[in-house]
Amino acid sequence: MLRKPFIAGAIAVFALSHAQFASAETLRLLTWGSYAPDNVVKMFEEKYPDITVEVTFSNNEEMVAKLRATGGAGFDLAQPSHDRIYAAQLEYDIYKPMDLSQIDMSNMEDSLLEGVKANTTIEGEVYSVPHQWGTSGLMADKSKAPDFASWDDLCDPMYKGKTSMRLKRTILLGTAFAMGEDPFAAYSDLDKYQSILDKVADKLIACKENIKAYWKGGDDLSAMMLSGEIVASETWDSTAYKLFGENENIVFIPPSTGAIAWIDTFTLPRKGKADDAAYKWINFVLQPEIVELMSASTGAMAAVKGAKDLLPADKKAAVNAAFSDEDIANLKFFANIPPGVEDMEGKTLEKIKAATGG
Amino acid sequence: MMVSDGKKLGLFLLFTPFALWIGLLIILPHVGMFILSLKEKVAPRVYEYGLDNYINFIQEPIYWNTLLRTGVMSLLVTVLTLLIGFPVAYYIAKIAGKRSKGALFLLCLIPLWVSDLIRAFGWILLLRETGVVSKSLQSVGLIDTPIEFLYNDATVVMGLIYTVVLFMIVPLVSTLDGMDNEMIEAGYNLGGSRLTVLRRIIVPYAMPGIVAGCIVVFMLTAGSYLTPILLGGKNSSWFTEQIYDQFITRYNWESGAAFGFVLLTFTSFVVWAGLRLSGQTLSSTVAKS
Repeated sequence: MLRKPFIAGAIAVFALSHAQFASAETLRLLTWGSYAPDNVVKMFEEKYPDITVEVTFSNNEEMVAKLRATGGAGFDLAQPSHDRIYAAQLEYDIYKPMDLSQIDMSNMEDSLLEGVKANTTIEGEVYSVPHQWGTSGLMADKSKAPDFASWDDLCDPMYKGKTSMRLKRTILLGTAFAMGEDPFAAYSDLDKYQSILDKVADKLIACKENIKAYWKGGDDLSAMMLSGEIVASETWDSTAYKLFGENENIVFIPPSTGAIAWIDTFTLPRKGKADDAAYKWINFVLQPEIVELMSASTGAMAAVKGAKDLLPADKKAAVNAAFSDEDIANLKFFANIPPGVEDMEGKTLEKIKAATGG
Repeated sequence: MMVSDGKKLGLFLLFTPFALWIGLLIILPHVGMFILSLKEKVAPRVYEYGLDNYINFIQEPIYWNTLLRTGVMSLLVTVLTLLIGFPVAYYIAKIAGKRSKGALFLLCLIPLWVSDLIRAFGWILLLRETGVVSKSLQSVGLIDTPIEFLYNDATVVMGLIYTVVLFMIVPLVSTLDGMDNEMIEAGYNLGGSRLTVLRRIIVPYAMPGIVAGCIVVFMLTAGSYLTPILLGGKNSSWFTEQIYDQFITRYNWESGAAFGFVLLTFTSFVVWAGLRLSGQTLSSTVAKS
């Protein structure tokens, strides 16, 4: 007796859920934490009631790994950085070209759009358009480290045990620039790049003594900085801007050799099933009023005209405190990573991590 | 005939979930990983079969140093966990009253209700330079300047012991529970000292539990990822971190898969060597407990 209503209920639930799937399209978004804030998702779903948005938060490396595992299936729109498209596509065939006529590009910042297009064109087809951009550089507590200005200063014995960095490729590149090298130019000559990497490794191994700990994510970096356990660190600008809101002494510092800039893109996975919905999402989040909400959540600037004015007031103050116009002109954009470089850099990072010192 | 068919069917049904689990979730993925580990990348999208990934491992001292480090630290954790866990298990099984026994056992289980990640963050809050321990020592006046307890190997060992000690206590309690108290009394009556009774009666009886606990603890420690990463310092590499790096940051699944097999072989070898050195076999210990 008890069974029948249960079965009926189960059938009803199944039918309902099935009906919902049948009538609605799902947009499966593979993106960075904070790149799909709840309020924006809700507004999008209100405008397009037949599209449901599913969000998976990830980072560059994991996005490529996830798409590689399935040959580009499982997601309809991904947001890797502009330097993670070309080689990943050549090696693993995980993206598909974009139909640019579907995207409203009138509002986009031309230099960024052209930059990303140039970086992600394979056999005449464009694979990505820009979404948000930001930089990696330094931050310091001005009251405790007023003269902090260069990547080298992380290794200055004056701040022994009071600095931090992330043991990833950014610090390799920054250190190379600080040594007067141009690592991006050396990408075309891998022997030369290896010799640069060796010099960088020696420098960073000697520097280990000065470092308190390598940070792994924005949260542990923030905790070390706010508690005063460290006075300066290599950082993403958005993390520094967030801390500026809590302590005005903590500012982002573009290194004297130039901050390193990244652009996160919109890219279609090869086996995505909802391209229409993906284009709708792209056009939706690039509208000025949505850019404002998005930037409040990410702390990064959108690749649209006048993006700085669309930042919330506190972030705008942080950006103005950090960047002069010369700093903007001095930005170094991440160059495409050619096949093989990933491996060389990985070995160098392992060498630094395994070295005993300090 | 009908009865025996029914029995067969019953046996078949009972065995199916186990066979599916072993086949689909253990054997099949490992076969896939093994094949992957034998591939070498010669050019984008071009692969050849060969042993290059394993040769790379042997040729690069960083890799096998990390593996040895992981092995030695895991053994240390195992020994310390045994030393800490044995008295606790003995107390629960032999000394505590019937009622408090259950309560004590439950108390041991409680940390497991919280995830690994949260427990590691708990340690971070306690031990960081501006954390609870350092602050309270300062306020008591024992130290003048803040001390950093995090980011060193001692912290990693402690964090790992905290995570795995339960897996030592549970098998020990269940073996010791089955021991007749009269055996211990008889030992004393025959003039044995406390040490002799422990050495000649209790430990041999508990051996199945000790071996089972040690194997589980060693395997869990050598394969753990979160605790060594979160609590470890700038020099402390753990082998699982190498595997993660190969898979994720270097896009090198082939060598990551090879590393996975190296770790599996290494831990299996250590367990085998441990059994041989202590004169035990799997059937006389683990199967019994």
